Amino acid sequence: MELIIDGILKAFSLLFTLDREVLDITILSLKVSGIATIISVIIGVSVGTTIALNEFPGKRIIVSLVNTAMGLPPVVVGLFVTIFLWRNGPLGFLGILYTPYAIILAQSIIATPIVTGITVAAMQQLPKKLRLQILALGASRLQMVWMLLKESRLSLLAAVMAGFGGVISEIGASIMVGGNIKGYTRVLTTATVMETSKGNFDIAIALSIILLLLAYFINLILTFIQQREGTR
Amino acid sequence: MISNMPILEAQDLCVDRSGLRFLNVPILKVFQGEVLSLIGPNGAGKSTLLLALCHLFRNFSGHILFKGMEVGNDITPFEYRRQISMVFQEPLLFNATVFDNVASGLRFRRLDKNRCKKIVLNTLDRFGIAHLSSRSARALSGGEAQRVSLARAFAVEPQIIFLDEPFSSLDAPTKDALIEDLERNLRDLKITTIFATHDRNEALRLSDRVIVINQGEIVQDGTPEEVMNYPCNEFVASFVGVETVLSGIVVKNEAGVLTVSVSGFHMEAVGDITIGCKVVLCIRPEDIILYPASQDTQSSARNTFTGIVTRVVPSNFYQKVYLNCGFPLVSYITNASARSLGITEGMELKASFKATSVHIIET
Repeated sequence: MELIIDGILKAFSLLFTLDREVLDITILSLKVSGIATIISVIIGVSVGTTIALNEFPGKRIIVSLVNTAMGLPPVVVGLFVTIFLWRNGPLGFLGILYTPYAIILAQSIIATPIVTGITVAAMQQLPKKLRLQILALGASRLQMVWMLLKESRLSLLAAVMAGFGGVISEIGASIMVGGNIKGYTRVLTTATVMETSKGNFDIAIALSIILLLLAYFINLILTFIQQREGTR
Repeated sequence: MISNMPILEAQDLCVDRSGLRFLNVPILKVFQGEVLSLIGPNGAGKSTLLLALCHLFRNFSGHILFKGMEVGNDITPFEYRRQISMVFQEPLLFNATVFDNVASGLRFRRLDKNRCKKIVLNTLDRFGIAHLSSRSARALSGGEAQRVSLARAFAVEPQIIFLDEPFSSLDAPTKDALIEDLERNLRDLKITTIFATHDRNEALRLSDRVIVINQGEIVQDGTPEEVMNYPCNEFVASFVGVETVLSGIVVKNEAGVLTVSVSGFHMEAVGDITIGCKVVLCIRPEDIILYPASQDTQSSARNTFTGIVTRVVPSNFYQKVYLNCGFPLVSYITNASARSLGITEGMELKASFKATSVHIIET
């Protein structure tokens, strides 16, 4: 019991004194997962829209593959990204293994199917005739796609939340392709694991509180936007 | 204000679905400024025809000419669609304010902000929804939403407007008010309109010309009066509200006055058809007069029969009376007359109708 109370007290002192190392880890986590989310939104929304708006043979198979990939285990992604980036792997020439770029790459791969899957579902939820209505009002094909994206913006926000939530909290891929290098590739999750295994519960607790608060605040902001839009 | 040059012309329009010909329209001409109704039962192909005319789906064969230019050849479908607009059965509004909804077509055309605002406010006013301008489209009643949808389609000042059963999901009073506003706007703006509906009353009220569609084909094309009073076949007759459709054989032809035998009864009608021909007689229910069986025959009506009331169906202003005179007859009678006659099922009544009230179709 003393262990936990002590840990929580020390954790808060670390938080309130803005410990340099804890701050750096937090900022790196935000950067890496933020960039990975942006990349996955760009790819996922484009691919998802393309899948949803076009009829082609094998569409159902593609959609089911995307849906399966939404639950891609981060360790599996970590393993394959490591193999590809390994010194004599296919992408070894890039020399980015054990750098933040490798983590961004792995996290983008994890989040993209999540964003894609939700985008496909959101677009398919719109009434079929809406597309015809938009075209009948004189929209070009590009204007039509833009209108459809605007119409499904609430679901797309959910896609962003799900994507970000998925990557900020994952550890398998980050530790495998980043290597948890102090001051370079150490993010909140990898640092928490390491400090716990070293018995530094105070730091571990502080890190996990930050992780929770981050996830909470970002979702809070997005939820506010969503609710305001929804009731307007 | 109807000119001779068709603003829209469809040639050899065909749609096949799973190997069957779903729509087959060899020729359809729409003239500048006219209001054309397409009427027919659900599933007759009205919506499909409208979508094809708008070039909104690809799986059709044939040619569509807008002002003599072939769409897809002389002008692209996109350029063509910038000249028209369409309203669907569901309002299909965007999740935005009423103003933004009505402005959407103008924004697609990249109209500058001030002109856009002016047109939108003007159009909102035309449809009586100016007070809803800043309201969210999600917070509207069904009638208001359909008004916004109409305003959105009118705002782009289309050369042709297509309406696909825009009132069918509205309740009667809302529908009436909306039709009134639409009618006024159509007359004011003189926009060529193609209006699909399964409600013959809507068609009658709004249109200059009515086309009846059944099973993917045009079965009759004429003024509302022609289609209502002179249906070309039994299907059109029953669809436009002719309740009594009887088949018989011409037994006498005296200078244009025909005697037709229907289940052994003789009926007079006006026409010129050879003796021995099989015919169908159509009698509108409002043309059949009922009076007590004891009363003397009215002289002006050539056809008088005595029958038993088999069923009485009340409606808002009248009652629909089914008679069995050895053949079935259906008549409308006002509530007041029904009361004074004391109509009940099983009672005997006389029914009469003029020879000129019988529309005769050769089969």
